[in-house]
Amino acid sequence: MPPAETATAEAEAVVTPVGVPAPAGTPTTDVVGLGRLRALGFITPALLLIGVFLIFPAVWTLYIGATDFRLTGTQAAEPNIVGLANYERALGDRSFYNSLWLTLLFVLGSAVIGQNGLGFALAWTLRDTAEWVRRTVEALVLLAWILPSSVVAFLWIAMLERDGGTVNALVGQVPGTAWLIEYPMLGIIIFNIWRGTAFSLMLYGAALSSVPPSHLETARLAGASGAQTLRDVVFPYIRGHALTNTLLITLWTFNDFTPYLITAGGPNHESEIIAVYIYNTAIVGGDMGYSGAISLIVLLINLLLALVYLRAIRTAARLRRAT
Amino acid sequence: MHRSIGARARMLAALAGVLVVAAATTGCLGGESDTDSGRNADAKEFTLTIAANAIAGGKNAAGAEWVEKWVIPQFVADQKGKGRTVTVKFQPSGAGDEEYKSKVALDLRAGTGADIYSIDGIWVGEFADAGYIKPLSDLAGADKVDGWDGWSQIPQPAQNNMSYQGKRYGVPSGTDGRVVYFNKKLFAQAGLPADWQPKSWDEILAAGQAVKTKLPGVTPIQLNAGTAMGEATSMQGALPLLVGAGAQIWSDGKWQGNTQAIRDVLGFYEKIYKGGLGDPVIQQDAKGRDKSFQAFAAGKIAILFEGDYFWRSVVEPNKGIAKMADRNDAVGYALIPAMKPGAGIRGQDFVSMSGGGGNVLNPGTKYPQQAWELLQFMNSKEATVALLNGAARITHRQDVNSEVLAGDPMLSMVSQKVLPLTAYRPGFAVYPQVSQALQQATLDVVTGKSAADAAAAYQRAVEGLVGGADKVASG
Repeated sequence: MPPAETATAEAEAVVTPVGVPAPAGTPTTDVVGLGRLRALGFITPALLLIGVFLIFPAVWTLYIGATDFRLTGTQAAEPNIVGLANYERALGDRSFYNSLWLTLLFVLGSAVIGQNGLGFALAWTLRDTAEWVRRTVEALVLLAWILPSSVVAFLWIAMLERDGGTVNALVGQVPGTAWLIEYPMLGIIIFNIWRGTAFSLMLYGAALSSVPPSHLETARLAGASGAQTLRDVVFPYIRGHALTNTLLITLWTFNDFTPYLITAGGPNHESEIIAVYIYNTAIVGGDMGYSGAISLIVLLINLLLALVYLRAIRTAARLRRAT
Repeated sequence: MHRSIGARARMLAALAGVLVVAAATTGCLGGESDTDSGRNADAKEFTLTIAANAIAGGKNAAGAEWVEKWVIPQFVADQKGKGRTVTVKFQPSGAGDEEYKSKVALDLRAGTGADIYSIDGIWVGEFADAGYIKPLSDLAGADKVDGWDGWSQIPQPAQNNMSYQGKRYGVPSGTDGRVVYFNKKLFAQAGLPADWQPKSWDEILAAGQAVKTKLPGVTPIQLNAGTAMGEATSMQGALPLLVGAGAQIWSDGKWQGNTQAIRDVLGFYEKIYKGGLGDPVIQQDAKGRDKSFQAFAAGKIAILFEGDYFWRSVVEPNKGIAKMADRNDAVGYALIPAMKPGAGIRGQDFVSMSGGGGNVLNPGTKYPQQAWELLQFMNSKEATVALLNGAARITHRQDVNSEVLAGDPMLSMVSQKVLPLTAYRPGFAVYPQVSQALQQATLDVVTGKSAADAAAAYQRAVEGLVGGADKVASG
C-alpha cells in the first residue's frame, strides 16, 4: 500500500490547470474548478449513503441504548428513556466483562497470532515451491474462506460432535469427547484460523513478492541465517502490510458472528464473544435497550482499535521513507 | 488537511440534520397501528398465509402436512363455492421454540409476515403487551368472533391459554400434559417393573440407580436442564418438580425466589447430575433436546420427562422425529410423583404442568375478515378430525376428544388422569424472563454449583426482573 501522504503530495503537484480560469473567490484547493455548489452536488449522494447507512444507525443505537426497549412486553410498545442506566449496568455486569475477555482471547488467538502467523508461514514456505503445489494449497485455503458460513458451521459441528463425530471416529473414542462443550473457546479459535487464513496468505504472498530478490541473495551470500534474513531484510519491506493486515483481521474478528452458528455462545456462556453476547441479549433475551448500550460501547472500542492501528501504520510509513 | 471553517460548519450542520431525523423518528420505536375490522371485507380475490413452527419431514410434520394437504385445498374449494378466488400459502419453520418466537416477534413488529401465526400460549401476554397481537374481537369484530359456534366446544382452561386479561387473542389448538416416560425393555433388563409408577422423587432416583448399576452405557435419567433447551427446561423439568414440591412459580402476588421448594428442586437436579444419573453434557449442547430424543429412541436413555408431544410426535412410529417402531410395547409412561406422597400443590400425590398453543391473527393482515374465516375453518370439527388423521391427540374440541381419545391409552390417560391434577404457568409478560432465570439456575447446578448457591443467584436475578424483593417469596 502506498503511503497516503505521498499520494496526496503528488496529487497536489499537478494542480493549477492551465487555461481554465479559476472562478472568482474559489479557494486554491478547487482543483477542477467546479465551485462549491456543484462540488456539493457531486458529494451529496455519497454523504447521504454514509448518513443513512453509517451515521443514522450509530445515532439510532445511541438512542435505543438510552431506553428500556424490549423485544416483547409493555416496553416494546412504550419504551421509557432510562438515561445512562444501561451503561451503568454494563459497567457492573460480569457477563459483559466475561464476553469482552473471551473476545480478546478470540481476537488474539485466532486473528493476531493464528491467521497472521499461519498466513505468513504459508506465504513464506510456498514462495519457493513448485507452481502446482502453491496453487493447490492456495485453492484449498481460499475454499475455506469463500464457503458460506452456515455450510462450514455444519461441517465443523459434524466433525466435532460427541456421538459419531469425525474426529472421535478417527481417534476411536467411545464414548467420544464433546469437543465443543469441553473446549468451546479453543474450538472456535481453531475454526476461525482455518476459516480466515486465506486473506493473510494472499496479502503476505503479495507483500513478499515486493521484496527485491537481489536483497535476499545478498543476505544469503553474507551468510545470514533464515531468522536474520526475515528480521533484517524481509520485515522492513512488509511492516506496513503486516500492520494493515492485522488491523483488518482484528476488526473483522472482533465483530465476527460465525461462532454463534457453532456453539451459540455456550455452554453456559463459555464461548460468548461480544457479537454473540449482543445477539443473545437482544434477540434471545429480548433486552434491546441494554444490548443497544453494549453495541455502542463496542463501536467505541472498534474506533479506538482502528485509531491505534492507523497511527502505527503512519509511523511505519514514516520509518520506511526515512530509510 | 486543509479544512476551512466553512467546511467544519457544514459538517456540523449535516450532523445536526442527522440528529433531527433521528429525533423525529424516535416515536417509531413504540409504533401503533390502527385496526379496521372491515377493511377489504368484500375482496373477491385475496391471498392468506399461515405460519407455524412445523415443516414437512421435520418438526411437527403432521401439522405441516395437515395445513398443506387438507386446510389449503379444502378452504380454497370452500371459498370457490362462495364465488371467491383464494390463494393460501403455508410458511413452514423447523426451528427451536426460542428462535421461532424471535422470528414471529420480529415479523409482527415489522407489521408484515403471515396472516395467521401459530404461537405458544405463554407468549400471548408479552406479545399483547407489546401490541404485536390484538384481541380477536378488535380485529374481526366482536359480533363475528363471539358468534362462532366453536367456542362452546372449547373448555375454559384451554381458552385461557390463548387469552390475556380476559380477552381472547387466538383460538387454542389443544392442550397437553407432562408425564415421565421410561423404556420398558431397559427396565426389564434392570429388573424394574413394566408398570412402574414412582410415588416419590426418591423412587425415581432408586430406579435410576438400578439402571446405572445394571446397564453401563445407558443414561439413567433425562431431566431437561439448562438454557440451551429454553422453555423445555422449565416445562418438562423445573416446573413439574416445583409443583411436586408444593409451590407454583407465581402465587398470591409473589414469584418463587430462594425458597425451600426451589432448593428442593435444585437439590433433585444435583442428585441426578452430580450422582452420575444424568448426562450433564447433553444439557449444554445447543441441540441437546433433539439429541436426548434420539438417545431415548436408540435405547440409550431409560427415564425421560416430557409432554404427550413426545408420544405423538417424537417416538411416534411413522412420522416422529425419533421414530420407535415398537413404541406401543417399548415405551412406558407414569404420572410424575410429588416429592413425597401428598407434598404436591393442593396436597396432591401426583402433579403435572400443562400449556398449549394456538393460532392468532396478525393485526397487520390486509384481510381481517377472511383471515378470521380461515381461522374458524382451521378449527372446525372436520378440520380437527382431519388433523388427527387417525392418530390421537388431545385437541381443544370436546366433541372430537370424546370420539378419538378412546383409541389411544396414553392420551386417554393424559386426558383423564393428568389434566385434572395439572397446573398452568402464569400469563404475565415477565414470566418468560423468570423462566430463563430458573433455567440458568438448573444450568448452574448441572455445571457444578451447589443447589444453595444456584438458588441464591436465582433469587437475585428474579428480584431484578420483577421489580424488587417484596414481589419475591424467599426463606
